[in-house]
Amino acid sequence: MPGSTASSQVSTASAEPATSGPVVELVDARKTFGSVQALAGVSLAVWPGELVGLLGPNGAGKTTAISLMLGLRRPTSGTARLFGLEPRDLRARSRIGVMLQESGIPLTLKVREVVDLFRTYYPQPLSTDKVVEMAGLGEFQGSLVGKLSGGQRQRVYFALAICGDPDALFLDEPTVGLDAATRRSFWDQVRGFKRRGKSIVLTTHYLDEANALADRVIVIDHGVIRAEDTPEGIRALVPGKKITFHWRGVTAADLAGLPVEGLALDGPRVAFLTSHAEDVLRALFGRGAPITDLEVAGAGLEEAVLVLTGGR
Amino acid sequence: MVAGQVQAEFRRLRRVWEFTGFGLAFPLILYIFVGLQGSGPGAAEYHKYALASLCTYAVVNIALSTFGISVANERGSRMDALLRATPVRPLAPLIGKTVAAIAFALAAVLLLYAAGILLAGISMPFEQWFTLTWRLLLAIVPFICMGFAIGYLSGPTGAVLAVNLILLPMSFASGIFFPINSLPTVIKDIAPYLPMYHLGHLAWNAVGVPYDDLWKSVLWLAGYSVLFLAITLWAVRREDDRRFS
Repeated sequence: MPGSTASSQVSTASAEPATSGPVVELVDARKTFGSVQALAGVSLAVWPGELVGLLGPNGAGKTTAISLMLGLRRPTSGTARLFGLEPRDLRARSRIGVMLQESGIPLTLKVREVVDLFRTYYPQPLSTDKVVEMAGLGEFQGSLVGKLSGGQRQRVYFALAICGDPDALFLDEPTVGLDAATRRSFWDQVRGFKRRGKSIVLTTHYLDEANALADRVIVIDHGVIRAEDTPEGIRALVPGKKITFHWRGVTAADLAGLPVEGLALDGPRVAFLTSHAEDVLRALFGRGAPITDLEVAGAGLEEAVLVLTGGR
Repeated sequence: MVAGQVQAEFRRLRRVWEFTGFGLAFPLILYIFVGLQGSGPGAAEYHKYALASLCTYAVVNIALSTFGISVANERGSRMDALLRATPVRPLAPLIGKTVAAIAFALAAVLLLYAAGILLAGISMPFEQWFTLTWRLLLAIVPFICMGFAIGYLSGPTGAVLAVNLILLPMSFASGIFFPINSLPTVIKDIAPYLPMYHLGHLAWNAVGVPYDDLWKSVLWLAGYSVLFLAITLWAVRREDDRRFS
């Protein structure tokens, strides 16, 4: 059942593919690079048909976690399993599709040709036309890869990820560097693929992306899982707005009784999070607070993680 | 899977006309400058000798570029990371590249043959053409291994530099452009240790130049294959540890 990691069936033998059990599993996975501990004991499972979002700031360990799931790296300790198998097992690899953050494709091939090439790696690929349609490559399928824009190239990488008709899709920060419209259309493509009933693991540092796509969000920071819940559950943990302003001579007492969290006073500068922005502002103005330089913004990921990590 | 790789490699070659054209045209141009001189007695022998030399050069150039530069590019662009997440068997791209390189080398060599016949009036019995061809194509192996070593030891820019810095001096020192006897003593001493020297001798011998140490040269080339393969495996292992462990 999605959302339950405590009751995962841990397969101890990876000799045969599991017929039930999680699609992807990390059990107390740790990864150290020299003196840096990128993952400090992460356990998670992804079940068939769900889209799990791994949400965290840069350097949180998301890419490392995905590398372990894919067998690109081996855990320093703990285990990683893909369909119950060792991730480097070709039987497991044949059932996944991947979009990596750092990636390259032959620049001198046309888009359709690259899709053709990658299709030959898989036992039961989708037809090239189907891939072109699902990834929205129609307009530029005859163009050279080297001549594509950033957004177009991301679509090609997505096409390469889905061309093998994988049972599990791994997307590592797929919309970094794209403009808002492109990101949204990418989300549509991901949703389209999800409708086929496959599992998807998505890493992102965009809260709105996790909200838009994930059935379940796992918040990771400094190599450790901080929270795990549905997007609504995560949102409920995080006050919605961040408010900052200047108030000469302000003291903590001036803000007493207001529903604010993470209050930070730095000279005249005040910053806090709240889910009741309008009420708080109304109360402050009612008290005649001499506020200047007022800014109200949506609480971002840093604020979310701040709250979830206890507001260090 | 292998067929797909071969097809992709051929497409790549067709696409990058600058690279492919250069690989085909440059030896041809060199040949026209270097290989057509002379008339009178001994000229016919010289023409054949020059043809064999430039064929050697073309084959080595293609081996080093196909394996050296494109492998380094794939590593530099991190395409190898993406490929690792796919179920592609490592042998498939390798076979694809080898087939494409041999076809490319064959094309370059045939072009030179045509120039030799049409422009220099070279005439040889069929066995000599045949022997020259299969010796060149077989002895491409140590240079494929050398290309791999370069590709895994260098970044994309470094590989291009390395191939250029290695190819031309090695060609000169091996007697490709000027007969070995006319080279300075220091270089004459180094020459017999160079792999291209031995390939050159196999090629010259195919067009009728007597050569006693045929098997010695074959052993040298085999030895270099093993050496470069070992270097490549070491470099691959090192990269594996750094990026994929």
